[in-house]
Amino acid sequence: MEKLKERNGKVLFSNYTLGEGVRKALSLSRDDILFEVKDSKLKGRGGAGFPVSTKWMLAAAAIADEKYVICNADEGEPGTFKDRVLLVEYPELVFEGMIIAGYAIGAKNGIVYLRGEYEYIRKSLEDFLVQMRKDNLLGKNICGKEGFDFDIKIFLGSAAYICGEETALIESLEGHRGEARNRPPYPVNTGYDGMPTSVNNVETFACVPHIIINGGEWYNNFGTKKSSGTKLFSVSGDCEKPDVYEWEWGITINELLEKVGAKNTKAVQVGGASGICVPKSEFDRKIAYEDIPTGGSIIIFNENRDMLKVLKNFMEFFVEESCGQCTPCRIGNTKLLEGVEMIENEEYTFAYLNKLKDLGKTMQVASKCGLGQSSPNSFLSILENFKDEIFYHEAGVENGN
Amino acid sequence: METKKNGRAPVSQKPHRIEKPEHPEYIGGSVKIQINEKELTVPLGTTILEACRDNHIHVPTLCHHDDLCIAGVCRVCVVEVENMHALQASCAFPITAPIKINTATPMVRKARKHIIDLLLSEHYGECYSCFRNNNCELQTLAKEYGVDHYNFGHIEKPKYKIDNSSYSVVRDMDKCVLCKRCIRTCIDLQEVGVLEAIGRGDETHIGTFLDKQLSDVICINCGQCINRCPTGALRANDPRDEIWEAIDNPKKHVVIQTAPSPRAAIGEEFGLEAGRSMTGELNTALRRIGFSKVFDTNFTADLTIMEEGTELILRLYKALVKGEDADKVPQFTSCSPGWVKYLEHFYPEYIDNLSTAKSPQQMFGAVIKTFYAQEANIDPADIVTVAVMPCSAKKFECNRSEMDDSGFKDVDYGLTTRELAQMIKETGIHLPELPKSEFDNPFGEASGAGLIFGATGGVMEAALRTVIELVTGGKVEDLFENANITPVRGFEGIRYVELPITEVGEVPEMYKKYFDSWDWLKGATLKVAVAHGTANAKKVMEDIKAGGKFSECHFIEFMGCPGGCIGGGGQPIPTNATIRAKRAEAIYAEDEGLPIRKSHENPHIGYIYEKFLTDGPCGDKSHKLLHTTYTKRGEYIA
Amino acid sequence: MLVFEKTSLAEEIEQLIEKYGNARSALLPVLQEIQSKHRYISDYAQQEVARHLKIQPVEIYSVITFYAFLNSKPKGRNIVRVCKTISCDMKNKISIVKAVERELGIKMGETTSDNKFTIEYTNCLGLCDEGPAMGINEQVFTKLTPETAVKHLHEVVG
Repeated sequence: MEKLKERNGKVLFSNYTLGEGVRKALSLSRDDILFEVKDSKLKGRGGAGFPVSTKWMLAAAAIADEKYVICNADEGEPGTFKDRVLLVEYPELVFEGMIIAGYAIGAKNGIVYLRGEYEYIRKSLEDFLVQMRKDNLLGKNICGKEGFDFDIKIFLGSAAYICGEETALIESLEGHRGEARNRPPYPVNTGYDGMPTSVNNVETFACVPHIIINGGEWYNNFGTKKSSGTKLFSVSGDCEKPDVYEWEWGITINELLEKVGAKNTKAVQVGGASGICVPKSEFDRKIAYEDIPTGGSIIIFNENRDMLKVLKNFMEFFVEESCGQCTPCRIGNTKLLEGVEMIENEEYTFAYLNKLKDLGKTMQVASKCGLGQSSPNSFLSILENFKDEIFYHEAGVENGN
Repeated sequence: METKKNGRAPVSQKPHRIEKPEHPEYIGGSVKIQINEKELTVPLGTTILEACRDNHIHVPTLCHHDDLCIAGVCRVCVVEVENMHALQASCAFPITAPIKINTATPMVRKARKHIIDLLLSEHYGECYSCFRNNNCELQTLAKEYGVDHYNFGHIEKPKYKIDNSSYSVVRDMDKCVLCKRCIRTCIDLQEVGVLEAIGRGDETHIGTFLDKQLSDVICINCGQCINRCPTGALRANDPRDEIWEAIDNPKKHVVIQTAPSPRAAIGEEFGLEAGRSMTGELNTALRRIGFSKVFDTNFTADLTIMEEGTELILRLYKALVKGEDADKVPQFTSCSPGWVKYLEHFYPEYIDNLSTAKSPQQMFGAVIKTFYAQEANIDPADIVTVAVMPCSAKKFECNRSEMDDSGFKDVDYGLTTRELAQMIKETGIHLPELPKSEFDNPFGEASGAGLIFGATGGVMEAALRTVIELVTGGKVEDLFENANITPVRGFEGIRYVELPITEVGEVPEMYKKYFDSWDWLKGATLKVAVAHGTANAKKVMEDIKAGGKFSECHFIEFMGCPGGCIGGGGQPIPTNATIRAKRAEAIYAEDEGLPIRKSHENPHIGYIYEKFLTDGPCGDKSHKLLHTTYTKRGEYIA
Repeated sequence: MLVFEKTSLAEEIEQLIEKYGNARSALLPVLQEIQSKHRYISDYAQQEVARHLKIQPVEIYSVITFYAFLNSKPKGRNIVRVCKTISCDMKNKISIVKAVERELGIKMGETTSDNKFTIEYTNCLGLCDEGPAMGINEQVFTKLTPETAVKHLHEVVG
């Protein structure tokens, strides 16, 4: 679909030879791999930031006939497209990460859950898998390692944001509506087909071969104290160079804006629609687990943007994309959107908006899964950080005010 | 007690794989926890909700139902678990580690209040125009949380059209709170599969295939969804207005028959505990309401036994002696209209195995508009027959086009227990305070065999009491203490019993035209089975299809509803295994107290065969009036 | 639906079941193939799939209505999906929508009378860096202008 770009980065976008990671991994014991990943302090790159080694160790310790490694390529967060770049340009890293995970936890089967919107990538991925099978990177006795069999298949989604939630993804794989399951049990205990399953993000898997080759400590040297390594950022919105970038954790928003050629920036949405909206006054904040954690979506808004319209776009998204099973998320998001429309039509009272903010806080703790727990974030942060603009029309907004 | 686990675990609630204690605190499969500072020890895997209930700590629920698998969708039951950032649904949280739980923090209270507010904002309609007023779980929650106004607005216009296409179940989706109990009932408990969640996000609703109306899909009318709906979103199609009109019309002679299960349950509608039979009081109430005659459906239950029992004997004779129609054995009971429609849809190739005998309700209708009309000298055109049933499917049954063998619609209206209770209340009667009275003649007496039809296994027990005595010439009491055939009783989903026939007696007069000796049955083993709830029926049918042990059976009782009629879709709400067990106990206790407990010993049965159905059970006359045909409906939805 | 259409659809579904098996996990791939070929999954197709998978048709319908890319109602032979999420919205997606609507003479959510096109909105396509973006069937087109959007419409149908 697109030409390979010249990309630069310290880990993911550094040089790599196909098969290197798997071969090194197979020379190690399973425990060595788990400890190497533990030393790297790698956290899940989908956004939730759960320690990868913990997930893998639980899956490895589970006793079961079958185990599964699932790659979550249902990248649906508005403003996120880094997984697309990895799958198109660096599929070897993703697949090898899955193979290494399979080896470490004792799984034979890997599944890539590819979002329906990325169907056009599927063919190249399938072709790549064929090549890997020829190279004995997949299949039986991989790279001559007696008894280690592993294969990967691609499963296509059909467009549902919620399927990025790992239990909803598993439901979808099993042929159901993508509705999040009750947790516990967690997928590492009862996952796909009732078996222990490790679901990890595309980027997470892609980090693994590099960690195995260079060691966990090496990886941990990048980033900050609590946020090891590098992160891919999907940058879009008002800037000269929207793209995917690899930077170390700890980069400030100001630094980031500088790198992508953003001018007259008023606000930055970190973490997509489910993330938070950072105002100019806080652009010295760091992107890291210590400060603002993220799955990597960065949407930049310049001074001409109407933040209420931005918020409305987000809330419309959640109203449609909520799976609709739990009360706080299904009805709560509708109420928040209604609130935005009230503001739009100047039919609000602050008393009612405060009730909605309170409701948002309930949604954050009472919703069944991460979708409903994070969907009020932008409502709360935009109304708080841009109240002057929204309620008192103080900023010079291009919508005629 | 019925088992809560049903065959198919829904995907979202696969059992937790507990391999080994995750924490040293485990001692022998139990775990120490704290709820609201109180130290407790609970078995591993207990949910927080179960732990709370066992220790008398109140946690409100809405989507949770004792009969159903866990959903965890309404979020009303959320609690705080220490060290977890979000609140947890207590119904769905299996305890596998020593955790500290708090059920009443400010955050919990606020979250519950918000959730109730949200549900109310989308709940169209007013309580006073709803049949669930005063028996609505949403209303109760609103009261419990002191809702005195709509915090997040209130829907002003209905979003959906009320679906009253079905004779049995009415769906008013504007009252739906999406708890999914109906789905779990339809798909998991009954394994029928008519209802599912349709759409996504704010468009999510409960619907049928292609959002068709209920009469156009393969609903079996069991009404189990109604019994488990927390609100008024599901109700039975209510004929009260028409019945009142008939009662108020002096030209109409309105007669009513009451089935045993409503009598064992209607007290619940008047605040009594489950398990108090109200037969005598109900008779008085019905007369005060204005019904001209009050009859006992048990009478035609006895008639059903005579017809169905004879049919069984004749089928066995044909199959075993003449080698004809062997595939019509096993014979299936046909008194549960939910089961009948289930078979017509899902196993149409087996409709010849259904007994052609009509259900007691329909037999009564036919007898009233012929024999009774003749005896009482009333024009059958002026007779309106009403049947009080524990069942929503009976409404469909009485509207089946073939149910007009009397020359009229055999039964005009099927009335549920709930609807009758409503009529009684409208009359200003408090049922438990009424004096008792008897049923009207000429069907004034019925046996205990007819009575126990109400509980799963009851039809089988009634049939066995008669068949055993007719064949062996002996007494059932010699085989089963006090004529209680306990092996077919209980709530086990499927029961299988073998009865060796060692002795045979004289052939009774009424069978002499078919054969003159029972020798062909001597040494045979009668194999019977009982299944209740269509999920269990499905298991039996699949076994029969595969040629398993149930295909060797001679007679199988199937009931559409879990627990049989006492758990029917027309019964008081709520329902659960304990309530159903108590209703069954009431029925069995009443049976033990009756002087006549076998259908063939009912003198009124003798009278009707002598005076009216003169060519005996399964003779031409009864065939015309008391037997019916079925339709191969299949599963395809056009 | 005509009898011969039903027969060929039934055969097609049988082949799909052979390919993917009759476990519930085969449901999405089977529906996707039917969707991609016919642009919708008819009530007959749903019931056939249900029969093979030994589940009820309403469960299939439930799944179809959950996923944005599966349809139970007929659509045009080409489905055009314009991304409406934030980054594309900021890149003036509305000009693309207007151009497409004007070119085809229909509004978003509608199908042309010759059944050639259905146009609709979609949520984030993951092409935020190259917006505005749209998909036509399985292909995607990025950095659209009103002119290129219209050009792509015509290219796809040839």
